[in-house]
Amino acid sequence: MKKLTIMLVVIAGLVIGACEGRAGDTSERRREILVSAAASLTDAFTAIEISFEQSNPSVDVDLNFAGSSALREQILEGAPVDVFASASRTIMDQVIAGGGVTGEARVFATNSLAIAVPTGNPAGVGGLEDFANGDLLIGLCAEQVPCGESARRALADTGITPEVDTNEPDVRALLTKIGAGELDAGITYATDLPSAADTVDGVAIPVAQNVTTDYPIAVLDDAPNPADAEAFVAFVLSDGGQAILAQYGFDSP
Amino acid sequence: MTSPNRRRPASRPPALLIVLGCLGIGLFAVPFLGLLGRVPWSELPDLLTRDIVTDALRLSVVSSLSATGIAVVLGVPLAWLLARVEFPGRALVRGLVLLPLVLPPVVGGALLLFALGRRGLVGGPLGDATGLVLPFSTWGVVLATTFVAMPFLVITVEGALRNLDRRYEGAAATLGARPWTVMWRVTLPMVGPSLMAGVVLTWARAFGEFGATITFAGNLAGRTQTLPLAVFVALTNDRDAAVAISLLMVVVSLVVLVSLRDRWWRPV
Repeated sequence: MKKLTIMLVVIAGLVIGACEGRAGDTSERRREILVSAAASLTDAFTAIEISFEQSNPSVDVDLNFAGSSALREQILEGAPVDVFASASRTIMDQVIAGGGVTGEARVFATNSLAIAVPTGNPAGVGGLEDFANGDLLIGLCAEQVPCGESARRALADTGITPEVDTNEPDVRALLTKIGAGELDAGITYATDLPSAADTVDGVAIPVAQNVTTDYPIAVLDDAPNPADAEAFVAFVLSDGGQAILAQYGFDSP
Repeated sequence: MTSPNRRRPASRPPALLIVLGCLGIGLFAVPFLGLLGRVPWSELPDLLTRDIVTDALRLSVVSSLSATGIAVVLGVPLAWLLARVEFPGRALVRGLVLLPLVLPPVVGGALLLFALGRRGLVGGPLGDATGLVLPFSTWGVVLATTFVAMPFLVITVEGALRNLDRRYEGAAATLGARPWTVMWRVTLPMVGPSLMAGVVLTWARAFGEFGATITFAGNLAGRTQTLPLAVFVALTNDRDAAVAISLLMVVVSLVVLVSLRDRWWRPV
């Protein structure tokens, strides 16, 4: 008797599931594209999504933000991603080498570095030289992610050995801890500062000490929806897309 | 149910149960097999003896054992209070204690930062008075780990205390034992198996703790980078190392859970 009850419950569940599935199929659906974008693109690509969907109402853009290297792993492990926007040429090259992209990757923006400090700069950080001060609490992005790689390159080029207290997994985590006042200074992209302006101040890094990063974008070979993916990339490269990127502090390539 | 069934407890369980149960096993076994399929066996000794791995292992062992120790010292009295003492707001306190079980650990780490960070409610005055800064220190790792893991100890021990037959304690007291003696000689030995189960669960949770640690204590090799953090960082650029560390964690945890399960971990 009990067995029968369990069977009935299972069958009922299957029937209900099947009905729901069919009901979903008949309703009108927008075509989806999944865009994996570097964490530093969070605000700019959120604005681009809105603008793109206004001009392409039949397309639904899903944005997946994370550190570029984490995104690379997801893509190489077979995540159903249509477009990859990387904060590093190296990581895009690794996706190409891993067989994720055979088409071309185009640079759609460039970015430079800045020092981020808590509002009011309580520790009085003046430049990259202060990163060698062991008394300050210093954070960088981990060297495995682009903002950490660029920051280390800038420090090394300037001949500074930083006294690092934490290597954060991505730039947003770093900014959160600086904004909370738990770190005295960190190095982020210049474009990350506006989004955290209420808790973080910027200290400029002179051009001679700075490092410029290219942001490449590409449609993936295994894109479930390549046609709309191409349209999205074209939009990012268009004047409209470039104007949005400029609003968020990115430079055109 | 008919009586012959009751006399044959070892009879075959229903086929549906077996199928569903095996699906359940698959849920846990398949990811583990996936890991084994990725292990670079020939490079394993080399990968596991790197400084970044040995530093992280040492830190993980130290912080998980410290957290377990603190959890026992504070958690057993807390469980006793919750099980035995009627006080106003007890349900609220119990909910508060169990909160880390359901909160995302990252949220737990953020709460710790608000309270015990350099500018935190307690952390600010503490830093001014003693110069002690908890975030980005090994103490911070121990604190974050304890916060997340201790509820397992409290919930297990509290349950055991509630189910205990209190007549034994009553008898000991009648025979002249002082409350402290009753606690040490009667109560604790009787909840011993549950205490051990709680200790093992607490340690296992502490050993695997990630979110609260990286949020509150940051990530620096040798100071705050435990094994889970090392896996997370390695996953982004050195997959072989990440797989090797994952295997190390799985093996250590499995050995502890399996060996202690049979010796100690019997439901009361």
